[in-house]
Amino acid sequence: MPFEPVILFFLLGLLAGLARSDLKIPAVLYESLSIFLLLAIGLKGGVELARQSLAELLLPALVIVGIGAVLPLIAFPVLQRLGKLSRADAASVAAHYGSVSVVTFAVGAAYLANLGQEYEGYMVVFLVLLEFPALMIGVWLARRGQGEAKLGKVLHEVFAGKSIVLLVGGLLIGWLAGADGLKPLDKVFFDLFKGLLAIFLLEMGLVAASRIGDLRRAGAFLLGFAVVMPLFAGTLGALTASLLGLSVGGAALLATLYASASYIAAPAAMRIAVPEANPALSIGAALGITFPFNLVIGIPAYYWLASQLQGVL
Amino acid sequence: MNASMTASYTRRSLLTVICEASIESLVAADARRLGAHGYTASDARGWGQHGQRDGGWPLSGNVRIDILCEAAVADAIAAHLQATYFASYAMVCYLSDVSVLRSDKF
Repeated sequence: MPFEPVILFFLLGLLAGLARSDLKIPAVLYESLSIFLLLAIGLKGGVELARQSLAELLLPALVIVGIGAVLPLIAFPVLQRLGKLSRADAASVAAHYGSVSVVTFAVGAAYLANLGQEYEGYMVVFLVLLEFPALMIGVWLARRGQGEAKLGKVLHEVFAGKSIVLLVGGLLIGWLAGADGLKPLDKVFFDLFKGLLAIFLLEMGLVAASRIGDLRRAGAFLLGFAVVMPLFAGTLGALTASLLGLSVGGAALLATLYASASYIAAPAAMRIAVPEANPALSIGAALGITFPFNLVIGIPAYYWLASQLQGVL
Repeated sequence: MNASMTASYTRRSLLTVICEASIESLVAADARRLGAHGYTASDARGWGQHGQRDGGWPLSGNVRIDILCEAAVADAIAAHLQATYFASYAMVCYLSDVSVLRSDKF
C-alpha cells in the first residue's frame, strides 16, 4: 500500500522542526484549522447518526465508556508504583491516556477510507463520550483524600471548551439537517477535509518536534509507557469492539480511540485542576511519542488486529 | 498655552503579570475580587525557567496582564498571586509607579 499522504505531511513537519527550520504555521491558522476539523468531524458523524436508531447505541455507548474509564485506573498505579511518578504527575498522565485525541481519530478514519474499509459513522459519538470521563477520574485520583477538588472548574473547562462545543454542535447540526440538508456544505466540510487535515498535521509535526526536549526530562520509564500503553489500550479496544459486533473498520477505530492520548483537552483541564503536575511530562509523552507512534505504527497495527479478531469472538 | 488644558496626573501602581495563557481568566477573576477595576491583556512569548514559550500552539502561549490600581490593591493582588500560582505556574510579576490621567478609573 502506498504511504498515507497525511502522515507524510506530519513527518515533514517533524523533520522541519528537528532541523530547526524557520517554517512556522501561524497560531491563527492552527486555531482556524482546528475549528474546521472539529466541525467537519462532528457534521460527518451527525449525518451518520441520523440514519441510526439512537436506542440501539445506548448499550454499546455504556460498554465503551465504561471500559474506557478503566484505562486511567489501570495507568495510574503503574505510573505511580513502577514509574515512581508523584501522585499528581501519575494522575495527570493517566488522564491524558484515558482521554482521546480527535486528530488521531481523524487520521485513523482517513487510513480506513484509503483502504476502502467501511466503518460505523456514529463512531464520532464515542469520540465525544470518551473525551471527558478520564479527565474527571484524573482529577479525582490526584485529589483523593486531599480536600476540595476543582471538579466544577474542570467540568466547565471540558464542556464549554471548544472541542466539545464544536464536535457536539457539528453532530447536532448534521443530525438535524441530515445528508440532503448538508449537501450544499459538502464541498467545504467534506471535500476539503483531507487537504486541510494535511496542513494541520504539518503543524502537529512541528509541535511534536518542539516537545522532544521535554522527553529528556521524562525518563526511560515514561518513554516506554508512551508506547506500551497505547498497544495495551488498542488491544482492549479491538476486543471490546469485537464483543459488541462492530465491523472491522469500527473495531480499528475504537482501538485507535482507546490507544490515543489527548493533547488538547487534557492538558488544558489538568493545568487548571492539578497545577502541581508537570505538563512537560504528560504533553511530552502524549505528543512527542504516542501521537507519532499511533500515526505511523499504531493505526495499521490496530487495523490488522481488528481484522484478525473479526469473527473469532 | 492655556493653563486650564494642563493634564493632571495622579500616582497609581501598575502591576504587570506575565503568565501562562491558560490561567488568564483565573488571574483576572482574582484581581477583580481583590479590588481591581479592570485589566488589559496581550499575547506574549519568550523564554525563561519554563523553557521556550513561543505561543506556537495554545498551550505554549503566554499573556501579559497589566493592572492599573491603587498601591494597596496591587499589593493584595501580588501577595495573592505569589501564594496561589508561583509554585506551579510560569509567572513573572512586577510593580511600577506610574502617572495616570482620569485617576477615578483606577
